[in-house]
Amino acid sequence: MTIEEAPLEAYDAHILGEQLTEMYADNEEDKRNVAVVTAGTAAEHSRFGILNFTFYDPRRKTTRLKQAGRGGIGTVFRNKKLKALIVKFSNVKGNLNNTFEQSIINKTGIKYHKEIHDQDHLQNNMRKIGTANIIEVMDAYDLLPVMNFQYGSHPDTEKIKSTVFIEKYLTQGVQDGCWYGCSMACAKAADNFLIKTGPYKGHRVTVDGPEYENAAGLGANCAIFDPEGILELNFYCDTYGIDTISFGTATAFAMECYERGIINKEITGGLELNFGNFYSSVELLHQMSKGEGFGTVVGQGVHRMKKLFAKKYEADEEFLFDIGMEQKGLEYSEYGSKESLAQQGGYGLTNKGPQHDEAWLIFMDMVNNQIPTFEDKAEALHYYPMFRTWFGLYGFCKLPWNDIVPADNKYSDEPAKVPEHVQNYLDVVYGVTGKRLTSDEMIIESERVYNFQKIFNIRMGKGLRKDDRIPYRSMAPVTKEEYESRQERYDKQLKEKIGYAPEGMTAEEKMAVLREYREDQYEKLIDAVYKRRGWNSNGVPTLEHLKYLDMELPELIEVIKDLQ
Amino acid sequence: MILIIKLNNRDFPWEEGLTIEKIMEIKNFTFTKIIVKVNGNHIEREDYAATIVNDGDNVEIIHLLAGG
Ligand code: SF4
Repeated sequence: MTIEEAPLEAYDAHILGEQLTEMYADNEEDKRNVAVVTAGTAAEHSRFGILNFTFYDPRRKTTRLKQAGRGGIGTVFRNKKLKALIVKFSNVKGNLNNTFEQSIINKTGIKYHKEIHDQDHLQNNMRKIGTANIIEVMDAYDLLPVMNFQYGSHPDTEKIKSTVFIEKYLTQGVQDGCWYGCSMACAKAADNFLIKTGPYKGHRVTVDGPEYENAAGLGANCAIFDPEGILELNFYCDTYGIDTISFGTATAFAMECYERGIINKEITGGLELNFGNFYSSVELLHQMSKGEGFGTVVGQGVHRMKKLFAKKYEADEEFLFDIGMEQKGLEYSEYGSKESLAQQGGYGLTNKGPQHDEAWLIFMDMVNNQIPTFEDKAEALHYYPMFRTWFGLYGFCKLPWNDIVPADNKYSDEPAKVPEHVQNYLDVVYGVTGKRLTSDEMIIESERVYNFQKIFNIRMGKGLRKDDRIPYRSMAPVTKEEYESRQERYDKQLKEKIGYAPEGMTAEEKMAVLREYREDQYEKLIDAVYKRRGWNSNGVPTLEHLKYLDMELPELIEVIKDLQ
Repeated sequence: MILIIKLNNRDFPWEEGLTIEKIMEIKNFTFTKIIVKVNGNHIEREDYAATIVNDGDNVEIIHLLAGG
């Protein structure tokens, strides 16, 4: 391991990744043995900087980027004046780390490869479009965030649906794995894409994605229904080292504040931040990159913008709390959760803040009606977050779990869990390490880590019940327009679930009744989930639960003993 | 009297000639990874159009997506 200086190289990821790959590879063949971790110029001037990880694409002869680390890790990286982290390693092969039994890994791999080959085109088209295959699905189910999560669908979604990207932009017929040899190969890219603004205007670049979250957050949530706009925003977020999800949600919030007159052109420094304005959105990114203008305000994130707008511009603090889609300082990811109580918990009852990689329960709850009681929801909000934490513990990609499922998955006991694929992961762990785990043991492994993280949050002042409060827009309509956009549904609920006759009542009256009901439901959900997770009513792991997990470490007990 | 079926354990209005395909159309169920059962029996995709749903049937149209 060495520490080196690189003062002459660029900061933006698509250039720096290329430069350092070139610098550290011995020759063209060697480039695939070099991986570069970088942030970007805007990561330095915002709080939602992300990290880019390069991989060399020998077919395109270019360095590609994948992003990870929501929550500002790129900002930390730049704050420590790190420019890049480079790993060079050759001869990666299946039995590199003395695998316990390679034939098990091979067998699982071959079975899985065949399944993807046979099923992908019937199920998801991951090999053609990647995760963006669900843009139009989310719109059809009223779940696509539109205009800062006010609505769940829009007629213009047609312009950014997955087939538009497949037919016009994403290179087809190429095996696009971000991991060499990945069967699913979902890391699609738009090649030779012409950039229209900013320092790379006129350049032709390779843009990774867009992932679903990018199309939804940079696009629909800001009412930018323009595929080229989305790709350009995606490109600049990546190369500047900005988290696309946080940027999308923060920009959508700023746009709504602008449209409602909470902020104005004078405050934004001349930017017309109306919904749908691509040029203003991308200008925010350029400003973040340079560390100037209103871009640096948006770059502080929704949590700080709410406080700033209330304090400096005398905005109604409660209204900003209702419409500001953040919790624990993290911006919401791009799914509407208003009509799914379980998903409100999926977002709100997380350690890290509202992201979808703990639990995505909207279909199970809202459409399938498989988890009707609080206890059912609590069980799902125990199992899925623990199960999904496990991918992080072992360094597995999550997508081979449920993005494509075996043809006979429907006949299994619990199809939503995709039992055969859970077994695939356990088989690979056995093949690599010799450790035989059951699916119950895998949950316990995660629980240990999850509770450790929870206690860490408590130590940092963020892990109690009060911190699990969520913005009202994530649970119900905040404004009259939102109520009226789904009036039939809400009126029906008032009548059937609350026993309140909506006839002749004003929207405001109905909204007040609905609010009381929905907020109460969320509190009841919290009670059920805490109980299932072994926490007390304040969200603190009980000492008995720590004992059950074999985690009675003095450092942990010290943090929680007075909160029992 | 309104005739009803159960769709995912919720009431859903029945009409003459109702099929699985028709229900999907009415509900705008466009997601492809789904499991369809009528009274506990699996219905294959190619049979959606021909499967008549009778008054009082218990229909399950389960969407398989538990993670983004
Ligand atoms: S399935 Fe996972 S490892 Fe494979 S290309 Fe997609 S993101 Fe990469």
